[in-house]
Formats: sequence, structure tokens, C-alpha cells
Amino acid sequence: MRGISFDIAHMLAGFLVLASFLMLYQARLYALLHVLALHAFVLALSVAWQAHIQDAPHLYITAAIALGFKAMLIPWALRRIVVRLGVHREIEAVGGIGLTMLGGIALVALSLEVMLPVTAQTDPVAREDIALALSVVLIGLLMMVTRRNAVSQVVGFLSLENGIILAATGARGMPLVVEISVAFSVLVAFIVIGIFLFRIRERFDTIDVGALEQHRGGRQ
Amino acid sequence: MSANLVSGVLFVPLLAAGLLAVIPGYRLSAGLNMLASLITLGFALSLLVAERPGSGQLLVVDDMNVVFIVLNAFVGFTTSVFSATYIGHELETGRLTPLHLRFYHAMYQLMLFGMNMALTANNIGLMWVAVELATLTTVLMVGIYRTPAALEAAWKYFILGSVGIALALFGTILVYLAARPVVGEGMDAMVWTTLAAHARDFDPSLLNIAFVFLLLGYGTKVGLAPLHAWLPDAHAEGPTPISAVLSGLLLNVALYALLRFKILLAANPASIAPGPLMMGLGLLSLIFAGFMLYRRRDIKRMFAYSSIEHMGIIVFAFGLAGPLGNFAGLLQMTMHSLTKSAIFFSVGHVTQVKRSQWMADMGGLTESHPMLGWGLVAGVAAIAGLPPFGVFMSEFLVVSAAFATHPILAVLLVFGLLLAFGALLLRLGDVAFGPVKGLVGPVEASSIPLFAHLALVLVAGIWLPPPMVAWFQHVARMLG
Repeated sequence: MRGISFDIAHMLAGFLVLASFLMLYQARLYALLHVLALHAFVLALSVAWQAHIQDAPHLYITAAIALGFKAMLIPWALRRIVVRLGVHREIEAVGGIGLTMLGGIALVALSLEVMLPVTAQTDPVAREDIALALSVVLIGLLMMVTRRNAVSQVVGFLSLENGIILAATGARGMPLVVEISVAFSVLVAFIVIGIFLFRIRERFDTIDVGALEQHRGGRQ
Repeated sequence: MSANLVSGVLFVPLLAAGLLAVIPGYRLSAGLNMLASLITLGFALSLLVAERPGSGQLLVVDDMNVVFIVLNAFVGFTTSVFSATYIGHELETGRLTPLHLRFYHAMYQLMLFGMNMALTANNIGLMWVAVELATLTTVLMVGIYRTPAALEAAWKYFILGSVGIALALFGTILVYLAARPVVGEGMDAMVWTTLAAHARDFDPSLLNIAFVFLLLGYGTKVGLAPLHAWLPDAHAEGPTPISAVLSGLLLNVALYALLRFKILLAANPASIAPGPLMMGLGLLSLIFAGFMLYRRRDIKRMFAYSSIEHMGIIVFAFGLAGPLGNFAGLLQMTMHSLTKSAIFFSVGHVTQVKRSQWMADMGGLTESHPMLGWGLVAGVAAIAGLPPFGVFMSEFLVVSAAFATHPILAVLLVFGLLLAFGALLLRLGDVAFGPVKGLVGPVEASSIPLFAHLALVLVAGIWLPPPMVAWFQHVARMLG
């Protein structure tokens, strides 16, 4: 019984890494937002499973936030922004898909290599969760670096946050304060980003961050 | 009684933020902003003398953070005085609307609340939340002018700051994981005082990785060299009072968070020494910023690079550790906060007179605006490390501490200091002396905060009060 519950936890965490990889090669914004919703949904399942096996009912709240807020509300709102701005065109990825995927694989290898030996003493669930969570965090970073579109950078950041929540829930008994605050700060962060997106729209008629960089020219 | 003092430091800004959000009329709200900051300063000062409350699960006041809290409240107050005149001018020239100002004042107090909470937090989770709050409020204020450049700066700051803060949270989780087997599950494993007491028994390899994440995460907020990209833009494009508090306070708060974790590592004999990492990043920031200073054309951007340089020196000093290194780091940090915010006070008025931030549009300031011009000269002389100002003394201490233990690094340190020194004096010559250039309109400047800061820096350079020396020495020993 104990074995299977560990296996399910690992499987869900593994799915999250897989969803991160799915994000890396999405070339259209709509598809990217669908994968974001899937990512958050897998996170919600994973957190709920942790709540079950750790017998920690407060984690269900975190799972509910992940499901309602991150898997539904945010993709929906981002989709509205995309529609309103009329930018459902191709995403210009920097460096090409193949190279990015290879980079992602290297990052997963790196995080397993770094985390597994270090966490040998902690319990096995936390051990592999942390390693996989670090992979999700690093892939999120990679995505933010390779994309130049403001919406896809935000998506990269949200997947990074998902990885951190996976780590926080994998750490058995981590106080509730932190989970709520994480969820809350995501909310705040999202509002801020939303405001910024609209402001950027107001000023530039584009949400390509590359266009922003022109304004720095000559300033230095 | 003393528990109330701590809550005073926190709740006065929070209450004021709520009030300022609903009060229209900028004169009233600017006055209220000053008053709230003054009351907060009063509470902060009373923490120095009052009996300490026992540390709770959320808040703590000890000898170390009192230094930071008082400095924070003081610069917060003087900046609110400067901000009142500065903001009035912005309203007249139409760069900001009354609605913007209401938002600005509320955010200012919310930012002070966030920083005070980060400094008094006894819980590494709470500390993280507070740093995030302070970051978000400053992001909103940096973007307040809504020009393309300001939006770019705010966006860059927001994205880099969020990534930094996310990495810091990952590090915080790892610290919890390291503490859990020793301290037990739940809240206790995040309480700073408990962590410090048991750090000796933590798993060292987990702690090492946690520190790397924390260094990268909070280091982004400190503005250390490879992670500094947000800092010059945020300083240059936001309102100048915000540049003053960013340089003078927010960088310190992030540094404080880092120092707290450094103490944990220092207490664990099997973990890596945090010193070399910090010294390396510090030196890199110093020398990089030293070179970058030469190519600046925008005056606020230049002083932003000077902040990177000084944070480099401070992190280097704390990396050296030992009683002398830590003492020098604390002193350098205090002096930098006071001097850099004074410089931004004068730069703020200068850019308002000249209607430009470009140094090419400025010249002969000491002739056209003697008070502002000489204030700027004194500030730059102080920040460049000329005697008799306090920065000279603290830099001298850093250099001598470095020569005592790492002579080769000390040579690099001196090289970086001279590099920055040359750049600052070169630019100062063009701006402050020579023929008068640009607009020479009258200026409605509040010179009290500017000269109050400079006077303190001057006094500290000549004579440090013995109780303060004793206090800093005590804190330096705590830092290990």
C-alpha cells in the first residue's frame, strides 16, 4: 500500500515535468495556454495526493487554489488578453525548438544529479519530489529566457511557481502559512502582470518584449 | 509594552497606507506620509532602549535587526520629507496626476511596512513574503510615470525580481527540509531562532545547496553583478524618492535576509564556507560597476551603478567575516545608505530644474544653484570615499581587513575602488563646475534631509560614538 502511494506521487510529479516539456515546444499562444492549464491541473492532482498520503487536510486548500485559480482562472484571463490584443499568432522562439528541448533534458539531468545525492537522508517522497520540482523550476526559467513574447514569459513564470509549490508540498509538514502566502503572492503577482500587460498594450500596440528594448537604445 | 513597540513599527505604516489610499489632496497626504514615517521612526528608536520581548514564532527583535530597523525608519522618514517637495513639483509640471499621487503615497507606506516586516520576521517564510511585498510595491512605483522607458524598467524589474524571489523561496524550502529531521515538523522548523540554535546538526549538503539558491535569489535583489540588470533601469526611470529608498533601504533588506542565512551556515561546521562565494560576487560587482561608471550619460543611472559598486564592497566585507570584516561591512552599509539617499535627494531636484537626466545638459551647478551644487559635490566626495567622510573610514577598514587575510583580493579591491573613484570625480567635474549649462530655473528644494544625511556621514567619519562602536562590534561577533 505504502509502495503504491509513493509510486503515484512520483508519477504525478513526473507528469508535471512532462507538461513542462510540452510547454517548451508550443509554437502558438492558445496551445501554450492549454498546456498551462494542464500543468496546473497536474499540480492540483499532485498536491491533493500529497494531502492524502501525508494526512494533511490543509493541503487540499492549496490543491483547490491550484485547480480553480491556476488551472482555470489564469489561463482564461490570459486567453482574453490574447484575444483582445489580437496576438494569437506564432511565437518567435529564440534558438529553435530542438536546441531548447535538449537544454530542458540537460536541466532535468542536472537537477537529478544535484538533488538526489544531497537528499539521501530525507524520506523518499520528498527526495524525488524535490528533484523533479527543481527540474520544473529550471525548465520554467529556460522558457522565460528563450521566449520574447510577454504572455509566454508570464506562462514560463507561472510554471516555475508551480514547480516551487510542488517542492513546498513535498516537504512534509511545511507550515500552512507558506502555502497560502505562495498562492496569495501568485495572485498578487498575476494582477500586477495583468496591469502591466494592459499598460504595455496601451503604449506599444504589441506585447513583444523585444519592442520594449528599443526604448533603451542610446540611453546608456 | 515592548511587544507593542514592535507592532508599532509594523502597524503604523500599514494603517497609514490604508488611510492614504482614501485621502484625496496631495498636501494633506504628503503631510500624513511624513507624520506616519516620523511615528514609525519614534517606535524604531524606542526599540533601541526598551526591554526586548521574547522572540515569538513570527517576530523577533535582536541586536542585529535593530540596527537595520532604525536605519530603515530614519531614511524612510527623511525621504518622505524630500518626497513632499519633489512630488509637489511633479504635480505642477503635470508628470503625475493627483490620483497617481494617492496611489504613490499608499504604496510608499506599504513598502515601508513590507521592509519592516522583513526585518522583524522571525520566520523564514514570513520574511520571504515580506520581501516579495516590498518588491511588488516598488515595481508599481517604478512604473508610475508610464513612459515607455519606465514601463520597460518596471517590467524588467518585475520579471527579474520575481525569478530571484522564486529561487529564494526554493532555498527557503530546502532550509526547512534540512531543519525538519532535527527540529521536527511544522512551524518550529521555520522559526529563525530555533534554526540558529540547532544549525549545528543540520544536514550540511542540503544547507549548501539551499544557500546557493538563497544567494542567487536574494542576491538578485541586492543587485550583485551578474544578476543586477534590473537595478540601473529601475533607479533611472522611477521617481527619485523611490531611487533613494531602493538604494538606501531595499538593497539592505535583501542583504539582511542573506546574512541571516549566512549565520546558519557559519554555525554548521561541515557546510561550505559562504565567504568565498560572497567575496567573489562582491568583487565582481565592484569591478564591473567600476568600469560601467565610465560610460554613463544619465545621472541617475550613474549613481545606480555606484550602488552596485557599494553593495559589492559590502558583500565582500561580510564575506571576509571575522570581527573586523563584519564591522566594516555594517559601517559601510550604514554610510552607503545615508550618503546614497542624500545624493539622490540632490539629484532629484537637479533633474527637476534641468528637466533632464542627461549629464550633457548639466554644468556649473555650484554656480547656478550653489546649495544643490555643493550638496551634490559633498555627497559625491563622500560616496567616492574621500576623507573626512564616513565612507572613507569604512572603506579603509574593509581594505585593511582584506589585506590582513587575503592580500591578493585586497589588491583587486583597491583597484576597483580607485576605478570607481576616478569615474565619479570625472563626471562630477563636468556637472558641478565649469560653465553653466542647461536650464537655470529657481528650485524649491528641501535641503534639510540632504544636509542632515551629509552631516551624519561627516560626523561618523570624524568621530564614531563609543556606544555605537560597541554595538556594531557586538553585532559583528553575532555574524561570526
